[in-house]
Amino acid sequence: MTLVEISGLTYSYPAAERAALADLNLTIESGEFVVLAGLSGSGKSTLLRAISGLVPHFHGGSIAGSVCVGGLDTRAHGPGELAAVVGSLFQDPETQIVLGTPRSELGFGPENRGWTDPVVARAVEETALALAIETLLDRPVGELSGGELQRVALGATLSARPAVVCLDEPTSQLDPVAGDELIGLLRRLNEDSDMAVVLAEHRLERCLAAADRVLALEDGRLAFDGAPERFLEWALEFQPALVTPGARLLAGSGLPPVPGVKRARAALRSAGLNAGTAEQDVARPSLSSRRSPPDETLRFNGVWHELRDGPAILRGVDLRIARGERVALMGRNGAGKSTLLRHAAGLMQPTRGKVSAAGRVALLLQSPRDYLVHDSVRGEADAAALAAVGLGHLAERHPRDLSGGEQQRLALAAVLGDPRRLAADTVLCLDEPTRGMDRAVKEELIRLLNGLQTAVVVATHDPEFAASFASRVVLLADGRVIADAAASEVLSGGTYFATESARILDGAGGALLPEQAVALLRGNRVEAAV
Amino acid sequence: MSYERRPGPLQATRAAVAILWCLTLAAVALTESNPVMLGAVTVTVMASGILAGVGRQLANSLRFAIPLCLTIALINALVTRNGLTVIWRFGDLPLVGQTNVTLEATVYGAVLGLRAAVLLLIGTLYSVAVDPDEVLRLFRNLSFSSALSATIATRMVPVLMRDSRRLADAQRCRAGRPPSRTQLMRATTAGVLDRALDVAATLEVRGYGAARQRARGRLHHHHDPWSRHDLGFLASALAMLALAIGVQLAGWAPFVAYPLLRAPAGASTLGAALLLVVFALTPFADRRGVMR
Repeated sequence: MTLVEISGLTYSYPAAERAALADLNLTIESGEFVVLAGLSGSGKSTLLRAISGLVPHFHGGSIAGSVCVGGLDTRAHGPGELAAVVGSLFQDPETQIVLGTPRSELGFGPENRGWTDPVVARAVEETALALAIETLLDRPVGELSGGELQRVALGATLSARPAVVCLDEPTSQLDPVAGDELIGLLRRLNEDSDMAVVLAEHRLERCLAAADRVLALEDGRLAFDGAPERFLEWALEFQPALVTPGARLLAGSGLPPVPGVKRARAALRSAGLNAGTAEQDVARPSLSSRRSPPDETLRFNGVWHELRDGPAILRGVDLRIARGERVALMGRNGAGKSTLLRHAAGLMQPTRGKVSAAGRVALLLQSPRDYLVHDSVRGEADAAALAAVGLGHLAERHPRDLSGGEQQRLALAAVLGDPRRLAADTVLCLDEPTRGMDRAVKEELIRLLNGLQTAVVVATHDPEFAASFASRVVLLADGRVIADAAASEVLSGGTYFATESARILDGAGGALLPEQAVALLRGNRVEAAV
Repeated sequence: MSYERRPGPLQATRAAVAILWCLTLAAVALTESNPVMLGAVTVTVMASGILAGVGRQLANSLRFAIPLCLTIALINALVTRNGLTVIWRFGDLPLVGQTNVTLEATVYGAVLGLRAAVLLLIGTLYSVAVDPDEVLRLFRNLSFSSALSATIATRMVPVLMRDSRRLADAQRCRAGRPPSRTQLMRATTAGVLDRALDVAATLEVRGYGAARQRARGRLHHHHDPWSRHDLGFLASALAMLALAIGVQLAGWAPFVAYPLLRAPAGASTLGAALLLVVFALTPFADRRGVMR
């Protein structure tokens, strides 16, 4: 049964210079699991908002063509009426929690549909059990972590049992464990019912294996519509920034790309390429500098952070950062990463222990927009700082008119100041800098960070980014450091905190990136031939 | 300074009545200018906060309310040239000319300042003691005009507090000179509106708009029985309202600022002030069934 039917849809936001969606024609059937792919600004979010009716009813703008969802034309029916058919989940869980407890939140949609109290109560309980949030139901939402909030928001979306659910980067704020769980949960719900799922994601390696179909958007137009395998072939040829690490690994090995770790391993096995016995390490740096850094610039000495009437967020953290070092802080939501960075920058004081820095600690918090308070880019940072982050030509623009990646670079300029005056013992800390970024923007950020002489510490949930950028990875759990070693060690051995390439090769050789994995496989092939 | 679920008579009252009670207090503050009556409203609000278990939050609000009150009083005293009783002569000042401070302008400024401070305190009491979830549901049933308005009415204070904290942290991390307070204020306001729009979008996609239509069509109703606290605070609000109207009609609490100050604190004024405090605080005496 056709659930969503889009014909000749062209849409422009108010005062926008170009159309966000252009001449879109597509249908989505019930029970389909569709992944929306595309670079930032390609129109993914707008398409989801058109299906939910927020476009044009909430955002305004000009629209041509039609969108029918469950038989309702979105031009005639607003998002409130469409909510009976469509559930929507956006990126930021904080703005999607409108009530005080998860129980109220889950009951809100069913109540709005006019269900009776017993039916609402049953919907709440069943949804909570399905999402494993039954223990959270009566806790104040202010006490929930980001991952818990996102599950509650998903529950609120699903409790009214929509026929189609639209999700806009729902895993962008989740740690790898919670992200994988969420995708698995969506797939299970999709299989258990006829609910269609339309999921926009940047980290395609996370969700392609679960998808039935991929839609790729470019500049608001439908550039690809087909199965995940065909999408990867298309992306390799036409849009390399959308290719998953696993597909790059397979393509580099001369194999056709397939989605998912399991299928990639099978493809390698059937081609006789097995890295599981590889002995050699790929670019495994020495750990000696970690144990006794000769030029230490930041030091955490038994740092505790204990909340009054609450838990301890940090529990005796000992950590030393050397000059010029590149460190990734990883761990689950609530592990203490952001708190640790805040202590480094002096925004928080330890309840026990000591943080000492040889120089300035610059911290870029999660939302770059919080730094942007002036009317022009020029007002946010001086000319030298703007030039260093490549924004000199945009000096007269309003900061809020910049793209997400440009805003982040501007915030970085505001935090760092004139790069010529940066002392060698400065430490730059970034909290989740790749949230909601596509691969092209991430690579730009890596280039920018690599150009700095300072030590850089990044808290991230993105193993691919950590592998590309960091030489050392510190893994936190429950406020403690549970692993502190070279990136090739930490990111190659596990299931969740590991890159896709490492998972495909099962950690062999410490290869983290597709290029390293391909080199490893080629080396093995040569050895086998000899 | 956002709502926390805690036991208390005001918290146990249905949102519609609690809002009416707060609005009545605000109406008294807006209509009465006699300092004794305004003082009675201030005492009532602070005592209500203590009896509702949110005295600490109200005390925090005083940190903003007192400077606000003093600023308004000072500005009115310096700017207004009405009043006949000169208490300070500045002589000729550049730009503003002859500046004399009068007793009338000073007292009237203090009244204006006290009124602003009391309204701020009532706003705080509403934010921390009235469940925003219930307010949201109430607006839904009352066919409130838009999800955005509902969002601003119920979520403005917590969102503003959270965002301003984040913004302040970000500004502490900047290199060089920090931005001015005006720039920060503008950014916070713009940010709150953005966030309110996001939350309003969420309300829409959860079917809030459709619920309004159902409410208009009378398709679905909840009938919660009226609790003792609902009845108590409703009676209190009506009594305060009647008293305020009576005071206005009978002229029990006269106040004239200009040209000569006249603010008698006779038996009728003191009696009206005392009655106001008693009417407002009586429902707090009953603590049976205060946990919802």
